[in-house]
Amino acid sequence: MRRPAPANVRWMMLITVLVLWELVPATGIIPELFLPSLSKTLTVLYQERQIYFAALLVTLYEVFFAMLIACGGGILAGALVGGLTLLRNLLLPVFSSLYAVPIVILYPIMTAWFGVGSESKIAFAGIYAFFPVMLSTAAGIRTIDPQFILAARSMGATLPQQITRVIIPASLPTVFTGLRLGGALAIIGVVVSEMLTSAAGIGYLVTLNRTILESPRVFAAILMILVLAVAYYMLARAIERRMVVWQSAGRQQKVSARDAAAGVPVPAAA
Amino acid sequence: MQHVANLNRSHERADEVAIEVANLGHVYAGPDGGVPALEDISMNVGVGHFVVIVGPSGCGKTSLLMMLAGLRAQSEGSVLCYGRPIPDPDPERVGVIFQEASLFPWLSALDNIEFPLSLRGAPREERRRRAEAMLTLVGLDGFGARYPHELSGGMKQRVSIARGLVQDPPVLLMDEPFAALDEQTRMTMGHELLRIWNTTRKTVVFVTHSLTEAVYLADEVLVMSARPGRIIDRIPITLPRPRTYEMMATDVFGKLRDRIWQQIRKAS
Repeated sequence: MRRPAPANVRWMMLITVLVLWELVPATGIIPELFLPSLSKTLTVLYQERQIYFAALLVTLYEVFFAMLIACGGGILAGALVGGLTLLRNLLLPVFSSLYAVPIVILYPIMTAWFGVGSESKIAFAGIYAFFPVMLSTAAGIRTIDPQFILAARSMGATLPQQITRVIIPASLPTVFTGLRLGGALAIIGVVVSEMLTSAAGIGYLVTLNRTILESPRVFAAILMILVLAVAYYMLARAIERRMVVWQSAGRQQKVSARDAAAGVPVPAAA
Repeated sequence: MQHVANLNRSHERADEVAIEVANLGHVYAGPDGGVPALEDISMNVGVGHFVVIVGPSGCGKTSLLMMLAGLRAQSEGSVLCYGRPIPDPDPERVGVIFQEASLFPWLSALDNIEFPLSLRGAPREERRRRAEAMLTLVGLDGFGARYPHELSGGMKQRVSIARGLVQDPPVLLMDEPFAALDEQTRMTMGHELLRIWNTTRKTVVFVTHSLTEAVYLADEVLVMSARPGRIIDRIPITLPRPRTYEMMATDVFGKLRDRIWQQIRKAS
């Protein structure tokens, strides 16, 4: 028997999970309170679509601005820290160690400063996602092959040209990895802060309905966040693939060294 | 055989000097007055000549090449390229070809070749036309749209050569360009380089570790000593041109290679 393609297996696994989600609560092994069935969850989601849609808009709004802060600030700070030796030696150890701090402890301060509205979520999630973007941008700039710069200089590139034509494109792959991670963290940051203290958003719906034991509504909100996060990830990957063409090397057909010696049309020797 | 060599075109033009190095020395900054890297290097490279520099690892061959390219400043002595110093890189006078890693992976082969032209704002059509001519010269017609990761090591190095030639500089400096290639590809590329050299009539300074490559390519081989690097021998390669693979099996070829090997052994 032929081995099935990994993509097919992945779809099979997803379908299995969904089917189990539907069937297991129906058998009564797990009480509905703990796990409402898929159909029940979807029904609630449909019946209360206006509430959920409004909550989604709030969450998306907060995620958007958090990403803007994290990505804009992170790339700028990362470029400075990665590009300037003085700043790098001064700040990078500090930033790297801050990375391990659970930044969620800052959230109460954010609510004290900005209130329980969207501002505190944006501020918290923005800071939360800022660090990976900054650190990977700094790493991206630091790990550029010095041969690239040397080659560009030998071709007469001025310093601004070296930055725009070599350093920026060469650091793109690492920067994109940081953006993908930072965006995901922005979503996490927003949802977590909504769950802690808030009056709107999907995270709020999770907490609210959990306290009143409305399990289908909790699961409807969870399902929504799941879809949001996966959709974001796939979008980010797609953009990344488009922008960083040379990184998708694995999918392209590679020419071996021997082909080149034999296969390239070599004009007769002079 | 040696009489034939005297009819070689590059020997006829050797009276004009392309590169003139006088008493060049270099010390890398460091404690205790620094590390002397190069010492009292003097050499002339005639127009259209193919000079190969060999020497033990770390002898400063690459540093010397960087100084000829204006990419690094020497502590003492002078470098003249066509009679003028070269304090900064000047792509109109000198093209540099590095090991294969220096092609930009985010640009197609054609865009890589166009890169030096686009730096000085050459019009798009002119860029394209000249880059395509270079692609043809290096035998890569039809591969212009490929990205470096879609090319083999040898093909990448052809693109590098095309990029070095596209501004039509009279001097070409090559820093171990074929070091990363396998033996067969390396031989093919050496032969290709001679063909291109013969078409373009450039002055070439070529750094290598391979003695066979040195003898095969050069008009003259300069042997450098271990650090601090000095030129300890200049060996004219009197084999006739065009060079052929068969020459590698000849007595003369073996003796020349042997002489270089003896010098390097003494030097390191």
